[in-house]
Amino acid sequence: MKNNNNDNNCKIILIIDTSYEKNSIFKDEFCMPITNIINQIPSFEYEIKHFSEKINYKKYDKIIIAGSSLKDFEYLNHLNKFEFIKTINIPILGICAGIQILAKVHGTNLKKCKEIEITKTITTKQNKLFEGEFDTYSIHNYSINCPKEFEKLAKSKKGIHAIKHKNKEIYGVLFHPEIKNKEIIETFINL
Amino acid sequence: MKLGILFSGGKDSNYALFKTAQKHNIVCLISLISENKESYMFQSCGNEFLKLQAKALNLPLIEVKTKGEKETELKDLKKAIKLAIKKYGIEGIVSGAIKSNYQSLRIQNICNDLDIYSINPLWQTDEKNYLNELLKNKFEIMIIQIASYPFTKNMLGKIIDEKTKTELINTSDKYSISCVGEGGEFETFVLNSPLFQKKLQIISSEKIMESENGGYLQIKEMELIKK
Repeated sequence: MKNNNNDNNCKIILIIDTSYEKNSIFKDEFCMPITNIINQIPSFEYEIKHFSEKINYKKYDKIIIAGSSLKDFEYLNHLNKFEFIKTINIPILGICAGIQILAKVHGTNLKKCKEIEITKTITTKQNKLFEGEFDTYSIHNYSINCPKEFEKLAKSKKGIHAIKHKNKEIYGVLFHPEIKNKEIIETFINL
Repeated sequence: MKLGILFSGGKDSNYALFKTAQKHNIVCLISLISENKESYMFQSCGNEFLKLQAKALNLPLIEVKTKGEKETELKDLKKAIKLAIKKYGIEGIVSGAIKSNYQSLRIQNICNDLDIYSINPLWQTDEKNYLNELLKNKFEIMIIQIASYPFTKNMLGKIIDEKTKTELINTSDKYSISCVGEGGEFETFVLNSPLFQKKLQIISSEKIMESENGGYLQIKEMELIKK
């Protein structure tokens, strides 16, 4: 799927749909809000692929791993499909289910953390995507334990809200920036 | 998946129903009948004719009355959803939420508490594209309530066709308001959709204005007719 930009020099953002099956009803809810943001940024287009599909990662400029429904944890049964994260050198942003996948692939577990609310997120380490304290749209029952290859970037009262790989441009956020903090997605795409 | 839908009779719940029904089995409509016209969560105009829409859709309708006050409304909603789980075995709730974090988070919380899916197929949808989709799929939508400048009495009873769509888009561009009424600027009632087996026809109605830019269409009589 592509936006209407016909520029041949367009860079392509891969959005990975983490919902339980390809073309599920949740694709519209969790992937399309991200596409609305990419459509507003010149020289970028997008493709949405479900995690179960065969993907040629080399053709993409950046990768966004989208969130999924609160009750949908099917992606945790297919973590082998996300092993590519360890080997490629493309910037990645994991959102909600995406940060959980980053943690699990790097060997740490999820941690009970129910936040279905507008949450106060506090930056704990200076980074390229955000700063200070800000309100975020959160819908999750689990946060993560930070893998040793990553550092914490932000927290809420209840748990980790953002991480970054120590040596690569791989970010994870527990909240949904595509809903309330669109500038974070824009900044990531323009990295 | 067996699902129930939060149903107001307006375009958003009807379009969410249409989109979801292409992939899942919608088994009941759930409607909160709010006594408060300023309801925080639910459209309150046109409720009396929901039964006719349910008949047109050939789906059972669960109606639960609510005073429409901020938090009791949520308790009443939870009660209605519990009833739908018990009676029809639903595994999830569909809503027509587009932009409202307030509405979306509260429904997500209730579904999480009851361990069922919350499904929002119109979430963050592009509003202008959405209007086009409604017309492309031949939804017949009437504006039945207005609550914002610059809308006046002549908007009441209008069908959203190409001309009205252009008027709504131009108005939204000029006054920075939502062209789909997401900020409560106007409310709608659906007279026909691809899922209706019969269509609705208004026999008599009256425009009631409460201020220059606030009023509603009081539908007095309506019937189901062949499509």
